[in-house]
Amino acid sequence: MKQVVDLQQIRIKRDTREPVLDGLPALFGDFDKNALEEAVKIREKHAGKVTVLSVGSGKLKDTVLEALATGADEACVVVDPACEGSDTGASALTLAKAIEKIGAFDLILVGEGSTDNYSGQIGSRIAEILNVPQVTYVRELSIEGSMITAVRDVEGALEIVKAQMPLVISVTSEINKPRRAPLAQILRASRKPLKSWTLSDLGIDQSKVGLSASAVQVVSNLAPQQERKGVIFEGDVDETVGKLVDALRKEGALQ
Amino acid sequence: MTSGILVASETDEGALELLTKGHELATQLNLELSAVVLGDRDDKTVQSYFEYGAQKALVVPNSSFGTLDAETYTDILYETTKETGPDILLIRSSRLGKETAGRVAQRLQAGCISDAIGLRVKGQDLVIDRYALGGNTVSSEIIKTRKKVVSIMPRTFEAQKAPEQGQIKKLDLKINPKRIQLIERKKKLGESVNIESAETLITVGKGILNKEDLTMMTELSALMKGELGCTRALSSDYHWLSEDRMVGISGKRCKPKFNVSIGVSGQIQHTVGIMSSKLIVAINKDKEAPIFKISDYGIVGDLYQVVPKLIQRIKSLGT
Repeated sequence: MKQVVDLQQIRIKRDTREPVLDGLPALFGDFDKNALEEAVKIREKHAGKVTVLSVGSGKLKDTVLEALATGADEACVVVDPACEGSDTGASALTLAKAIEKIGAFDLILVGEGSTDNYSGQIGSRIAEILNVPQVTYVRELSIEGSMITAVRDVEGALEIVKAQMPLVISVTSEINKPRRAPLAQILRASRKPLKSWTLSDLGIDQSKVGLSASAVQVVSNLAPQQERKGVIFEGDVDETVGKLVDALRKEGALQ
Repeated sequence: MTSGILVASETDEGALELLTKGHELATQLNLELSAVVLGDRDDKTVQSYFEYGAQKALVVPNSSFGTLDAETYTDILYETTKETGPDILLIRSSRLGKETAGRVAQRLQAGCISDAIGLRVKGQDLVIDRYALGGNTVSSEIIKTRKKVVSIMPRTFEAQKAPEQGQIKKLDLKINPKRIQLIERKKKLGESVNIESAETLITVGKGILNKEDLTMMTELSALMKGELGCTRALSSDYHWLSEDRMVGISGKRCKPKFNVSIGVSGQIQHTVGIMSSKLIVAINKDKEAPIFKISDYGIVGDLYQVVPKLIQRIKSLGT
């Protein structure tokens, strides 16, 4: 799961068009919550253990508690300042090493993308590093023995596929409705196992991750230039609708 | 020393679009432009790749891979680009292409940028734009590895002819056995509308309180000769409208001339799908709704009063 800032609260500096991210609350992305919910549902039906894995900054432990409260059995977090600025390739490497440390797995569930960058690369890259298959954009999942059957959502069509575990699965938001944690669970979450690792715990050389090791470098990240007119009418319905219709005729939207 | 650009798309339409951009970059960087042709095509189709700028068409016959899934697609692209193959890989970012981009990048130990919306040459660098922070910003990025993988948002560029004398090369590649078994593929139920090509798009959101109220929106959309689109909630959560009509980061990205957003708060996951509209009009009762920030015109008011009045006015124009 990936910790992201609350995207709805991002403010843009008027003069420089830079986003202001300081002090924003951090949370797990929506699709990641669908992945966790599916994992918990599978455990409820078939037994097993759900481990939440995340790489991030110091605030991560608080966010992970929420995941533990909504049903994960344990959490492993990788917190190391050297990870700062990692691109998807470096993050995938870190996650794959952590998965190897956790040990044998049946399923790695990820969201179809993070809510901030939505690159969707992490699942693909982990599958490639661990040499396991990946089934993406899953909106229905069932398990029988060591086989999974999934309904995949591809543009304009649905695909039913079967594959052998272990594998990586990415889920869409249609797959389930993530539960909210009851208060009692929130209180109990802090008693669940939470392992915190650094890069050296995972045997990763610091030169392999972080900003300097990342293949993708950000040149600039600014709000798009707005060239909208921003003419907003308020007040009496007759009047505002009249003004809007006039404007739409002038723009050619109405004949 | 970069050794060429390769374009990949599972649809010919997508390939021609990417060839147009590829041709522009190849000309500036003085590189060869190739396209991989995924499966058997008639001569005329392969010729069209040359008409849109390809200097080489690398044809992978269907017999060598059967149905195209991401693992097979990855094998094909890896085998064509590894070592001395082209260094810049432009892939249509359909769901299949996007998944493949990540995999092939990992296998090539390359940097990868997903869902690009712009590519340009600046000095010696290839600068790639994509939405970041949920669409709040556009991030301009470069890839430092020699091999560069970029998946490009469908319908970002318009295909334009740039005829080249191309050559066809049939490829015989090493493709691994499939690990994922396709049992069935069925078209989604729905009206199969194509809101992506609508000139006028009316988008509706959670401000609509009942399914029946969509009748009013359909009427407005018909009067404006447009199509009806919606936010994720209205299709995925409420099932009021089919997913063909869902607009946003996980739905369709539309480029209409005119967009009228009604009862749409303007959450960024949705607005990336309408951002490229030439003109955006918003109707929302909340003056602070983010949709107004990206609008050309707007009415702050109750849509249940505004829309019937709007319909009435537009009708009176016709008489």
